[in-house]
Amino acid sequence: MDPNEVAAEAARISQQAEALAVHTRALAAAGIPLAGHGVEPFVFLFTIFVIAVFVGYYVVWNVTPALHSPLMALTNGISSVIIVGAMLATGLSRSGWATAFGAMAVLLVSVNIFGGFLVTQRMLQMFRKKAK
Amino acid sequence: MSPSLTAFFYLVSAVLFILALRGLSNPETARRGNALGMAGMLIAVLVTFAHPGMRRDWLILLGIAIGGSIGAFIARRIQMTALPQLVAAFHSLVGLAAVFVAAAALNAPEAFGIGIYGDIRAESLVEMSIGLAIGAITFSGSVIAFAKLQALMSGAPITYPYQHPINAVIGALTVILIIAFVATGGSQPLFWLTAILSFALGFLLIIPIGGADMPVIVSMLNSYSGWAACGIGFTIQNLGLIITGALVGASGAILSYIMCRGMNRSIVNVLLGGFGTEGGAAAAAGAAGERTVKTGNADDAAFILKNASKVIIVPGYGMAVAQAQHAVRELADTLKKQGVEVKYAIHPVAGRMPGHMNVLLAEANVPYDEVFALEEINNEFSTADVAYVIGANDVTNPAAKTDRSSPIYGMPILEVDKAGTVLFVKRSLATGYAGVDNELFYRPNTMMLFGDAKKMTEQIVQALGH
Repeated sequence: MDPNEVAAEAARISQQAEALAVHTRALAAAGIPLAGHGVEPFVFLFTIFVIAVFVGYYVVWNVTPALHSPLMALTNGISSVIIVGAMLATGLSRSGWATAFGAMAVLLVSVNIFGGFLVTQRMLQMFRKKAK
Repeated sequence: MSPSLTAFFYLVSAVLFILALRGLSNPETARRGNALGMAGMLIAVLVTFAHPGMRRDWLILLGIAIGGSIGAFIARRIQMTALPQLVAAFHSLVGLAAVFVAAAALNAPEAFGIGIYGDIRAESLVEMSIGLAIGAITFSGSVIAFAKLQALMSGAPITYPYQHPINAVIGALTVILIIAFVATGGSQPLFWLTAILSFALGFLLIIPIGGADMPVIVSMLNSYSGWAACGIGFTIQNLGLIITGALVGASGAILSYIMCRGMNRSIVNVLLGGFGTEGGAAAAAGAAGERTVKTGNADDAAFILKNASKVIIVPGYGMAVAQAQHAVRELADTLKKQGVEVKYAIHPVAGRMPGHMNVLLAEANVPYDEVFALEEINNEFSTADVAYVIGANDVTNPAAKTDRSSPIYGMPILEVDKAGTVLFVKRSLATGYAGVDNELFYRPNTMMLFGDAKKMTEQIVQALGH
């Protein structure tokens, strides 16, 4: 390996380590009050999940039936936020396979992001009121 | 960017997604809602780029550029009648992406801070395999739904022997495999075996379900794509994904429920499949032989319409198939010019996806405030002179209210039989999807207009002109 590359890689790893340290410190700080109650992080994620289901439930019941097709196309677009996982896999992984899987997922989901939001926009532009 | 700040921005994007859905409560605010959704997505993507240690930006940008161009191209070109299959295809992509991200997490857990290769936390393995299984089922199920909607395969329910036992065994095997996968600390072969079985399950679950049940299935797969995103969100501990996945999951579930209620069937009944295959055709043939049907042509229909003061148009899937929405709008315009009041009545399960008819009518420039849902307009049929039923059948069948033995008994129907005259545009007397005869055809106040929905409507418009 070229020494410059090694140096760059080292610098990158040290940066990552630093960020990790900051992350760990933040987690530790957050963990102090939580650890006192012995609550797993999963429970917090799950709490937010359950509340989000309720938010979704009430918000979606308010959607007018006339817009149920745009609703499906829009939820299609927003469920593509899974791109976050795909990007992290592509950009942070040290395994060739994981990078490849991540990049494939980025590509697939990008079809959805652009397709989902644009087709929703196209549909919504057609909904017009009576010309008075 | 610090992890806390990153998490904060994911929250902002999740809130924008909630506001996007909120916007759809009214056509007035819907466009702004969609724009908020786009903003939320942009924030999520930008924040992820700013993640410490991110590399290969060019590869990600390349993926977004290629995928995005394909998506944008499809969104511009797609015919509005082909929306249901487009949505099914999009669901399949989310499902497959979930499978890929789960595979990436297994191979590079360090990218998500859930361990190192070969030593992943058991909890993360459980979440990963759940995301994997739901993603795989979403993928293969949506591929079949797409094939049925695109008419690449028969829309008729395809049943096979031992259907339910086979599915139950595969389902149980999948659970066992997941347990083994977690127990072995993340074995690659078990991971892919789980993926294959889940693909098979999605495939076999959707195969036996017929075309007209697709509104439920498309909604259900919509819901699954959300839960898959959620599973991945738990795996990689990302709040944005968990919240958004939950929103989408809830949305799809509500739509499935509304569709099932529109047919008075349970989701289990729909999923068991094979609906509308038994004996209906024979019964219909017998009944049709004994009774007489009043038929008419475009001139007769024009005469009746011209003398009406209120007309309610009832569109169904047949209107979409015949691409008759523009002709229907023309008919309505002509009638309105002659002082006739025109409204549209939409049954919840009309078409092949929720809200399908509303989009088609909007495409034909029908103002949305002339279009009404079943419960809004049902009691107006008694004051209407004419109900113009185009491409709908089962959703108008009075047997749903009176005949306890009918497979559609209890289904809410549009009470077109209460209108002064029912004009039924249909190609033949054949039964609808449920395979039941519609006694409305034989009523004295019903006139059958046999022919192609589009041609017949155009002929009526012509006849009204002179």
